[in-house]
Amino acid sequence: MGIGLANYLTLAAIVFTIGIAGIILNHKNIIIILMSVELILLAVNINLIAFSTYSGDLTGQAFALFILTVAAAEAAIGLAILVAYYRNRGSIAVEDINSLKG
Amino acid sequence: MQADVFFFWILAPLLVVSAFAVIVAKNPVHSVLFLILSFVCAAGLFLLMGAEFLAMILVVVYVGAVAVLFLFVVMLLDVDFTRMRQGFVQYLPQGLLIALVVAIELIYVVSGLGPSQRAAAAATPEGMLSNTAALGEVLYTRYFYFFQAAGMILLTAMIGAIVLTLHHKPGVKRQDVGAQVARNPETAVEVRKVASRAGI
Repeated sequence: MGIGLANYLTLAAIVFTIGIAGIILNHKNIIIILMSVELILLAVNINLIAFSTYSGDLTGQAFALFILTVAAAEAAIGLAILVAYYRNRGSIAVEDINSLKG
Repeated sequence: MQADVFFFWILAPLLVVSAFAVIVAKNPVHSVLFLILSFVCAAGLFLLMGAEFLAMILVVVYVGAVAVLFLFVVMLLDVDFTRMRQGFVQYLPQGLLIALVVAIELIYVVSGLGPSQRAAAAATPEGMLSNTAALGEVLYTRYFYFFQAAGMILLTAMIGAIVLTLHHKPGVKRQDVGAQVARNPETAVEVRKVASRAGI
């Protein structure tokens, strides 16, 4: 059998789920949480490109490019906040980040 | 067996296994390395789907920049990562339950699609523009303002990251070019009358 749209969508669903499980399981380690967010965005990109390919429309690939841009910006800002926070407080444990009492 | 089927069934399980290793690895450095592996697998899958430009962008931007940024941060911060793994086992049942429910829902939705065996790489038909050129045709015309907005987002991210992490240490002497250039003879030279045989 050939590889169809359903194969790629199933794969993206599995990777998306792994990203969600990573956020729940590593809820104390903010670096792993950021990596899980990257996995989730990767799953979204696989979805967009699969739909783009199987419908013959390049719009999906254009939006996948925008998602890559936003994900790169998010990773840069998130890690910069992490470094600044570590410099100020000497810890990046998620349960210690409660200054705003949110 | 066709080549795309063969490579899909190599890359897809490898992507799932490496993504799983990202979230269960004890050492965060190993997590980052598995993240790189999963990005490379995803780039291979993008190639199979005919999105050559995005595959190259994924390798260059993610493996080359974002993953290395993660690696730097993990290695530069002196953090006790064993303390952060507390609660991993405690939350394992709930995490796996939620993950299983989401996965079953998503796969149930996908399985309702039925077989849609269109030829892969339909986005770049034979004799037409290459994928990169076709993407450029779309990006620079129909999505031009989105493209500009993406550039502004990257500029904001760059300035924000620099502003957040830059800090001047007090007590470090630095060259101030403006002050050097602004000096003139009146401020730089002091003329004194010195009496004969009497120093200053």
